[in-house]
Amino acid sequence: MSLSEVDVERIAHLARMQIADSDAAPYAKSLSGILDFVARMNAIDTEGVEPMAHPLHAVQRLREDAITENDQRDLFQAHAPLVQDGLYLVPRVIE
Amino acid sequence: MSAVHRKSIAELRAGLRAGEFSSAELARAFLDRIARFDPELNAYITVTEEQALGAARAADQRIAAGTAGALEGVPLAHKDIFCTLGVKTSCASRMLANFIAPYDATVVQNLARAGAVMLGKTNMDEFAMGSSNETSWYGPVRNPWKLSAVPGGSSGGSAAAVAARLAPAATGTDTGGSIRQPAALCGVSGIKPTYGAVSRYGMIAFASSLDQAGPIAASAEDLAWLLAAMQGFDARDSTSLDRPVPDYPALLQSAGDLKGLRIGLPREYFGAGLDGAVGAAVHEAIKVWERLGAKLVDISLPNSDLAVPAYYVVAPAECSSNLARFDGVRFGYRCEQPRDLMDLYKRSRGEGFGAEVKRRIMIGTYVLSSGYYDAYYIKAQKLRRLISDDFARAFKEVDVIAGPTAPETAFSLGAKAQDPLTMYLSDIYTIAANLAGLPAMSIPCGFAGDLPVGVQLIGNYFDEARLLGVAHRYQQETDWHRRLPEAFA
Repeated sequence: MSLSEVDVERIAHLARMQIADSDAAPYAKSLSGILDFVARMNAIDTEGVEPMAHPLHAVQRLREDAITENDQRDLFQAHAPLVQDGLYLVPRVIE
Repeated sequence: MSAVHRKSIAELRAGLRAGEFSSAELARAFLDRIARFDPELNAYITVTEEQALGAARAADQRIAAGTAGALEGVPLAHKDIFCTLGVKTSCASRMLANFIAPYDATVVQNLARAGAVMLGKTNMDEFAMGSSNETSWYGPVRNPWKLSAVPGGSSGGSAAAVAARLAPAATGTDTGGSIRQPAALCGVSGIKPTYGAVSRYGMIAFASSLDQAGPIAASAEDLAWLLAAMQGFDARDSTSLDRPVPDYPALLQSAGDLKGLRIGLPREYFGAGLDGAVGAAVHEAIKVWERLGAKLVDISLPNSDLAVPAYYVVAPAECSSNLARFDGVRFGYRCEQPRDLMDLYKRSRGEGFGAEVKRRIMIGTYVLSSGYYDAYYIKAQKLRRLISDDFARAFKEVDVIAGPTAPETAFSLGAKAQDPLTMYLSDIYTIAANLAGLPAMSIPCGFAGDLPVGVQLIGNYFDEARLLGVAHRYQQETDWHRRLPEAFA
């Protein structure tokens, strides 16, 4: 598996993450190396093996559909980069 | 009051109750050691001095009133991955360098309820991604046994703090070895319990199907006290197990006889790649158990070599999903002057995350991207099943599995920083227990040259008490766990 710099830029875009132009080549190299290593998985035939998502085969617990949380908006927004009137501010999306 | 830093948790409990020293004096003694030694170790990101002294005075009052909890007045440190109300919780990332947690993690709450006094927050690899503590935004931690060497990771600050006795104990998390490998490299003890035993609520998520919290301390006996207080069902963690918490300290006392205990030695853990001197120290430890009556059984875990490849699909995939929440909008780092919303996301994440975190997010994004899911994530989950089945077969023949924790002793700072794959192989013996969800621990078993070696014990599900007992019997026969690096004695 060999990723190009263009692949790296595409993956970084999917991850919504800017990487410096000068980092694209080193990332292409290290990511390709990791994917080659990971490809060792293909040496094993796993036909018919059930994928394991949880070690103890537990299933999601359900609870009663009742309100359990208090309103802590002010507390949580105290940690936000930019808020106004109880709203999180981001650059204008709709003109 | 001399040498409180050399006392075990049981001795600290007894001393506090007997009035030999107060919790406030204990906290002061450890805070003084932190002030004296931490500038060269960098084990702490935040020291909560005022808070510690306040909590210690409150503990002293409860001891005097006869309402002391199990760990009343005992100081400890929390890995900076656990949310602590009103205290910076950075996960060693620039992304969270300004994050003051608005709530306590369940682990933090449970230990506080038991009376433990928080000294501060320990350094770690950024978002727990690393095996050397070199990916921290706050700089690397140094190994107390050799300042030019790494402490291991990702709980490197916790392990180094305990090794230098800048805290009697510390919390850690273990996704692929992050408690056991630094414990081994720093010459201390650490346990990763069964997946789901300890709540993950308020523990910043890396790979949710693997992450598990546990304690790091000098001895198995100390770990028993800590784990008993940390563990327990928590409705706020969807994978928390609803089971009673064993009385680990009491169960240790009945660990006495190992006669008939079957210890499995996986041949895959003693092959090429294991440093000779490390292997020799591990074999010496195994002989001690044999002398105590244990029976050694040669076993095979045939899919061992697939653990690291499968892990580097599962862990990055889950990390890329978990870290999607860091968007520069609701909390954490935001870039300056974003041009538009996309620019805000991209630069906040690009500037907020370090190189290794970005690498793993990209691997995860790639393996989960359209058309690749079955070839990578499902394939890795199938291998996870095979690895888990290997253990299930082994535990029909043996009671515990023993082997090395890490293939070598602490390596030099910078030695592997440029080569991710070499770094990933530091966890070659620890990752399988995470994939299978099994409890596993590391305890010190000697030295290779000047550096400590750890022996790993892996148990069947919920068999933490047995693991702690086997480790405790070893530590009754040996004194490796009492050794301190000279400069910090």
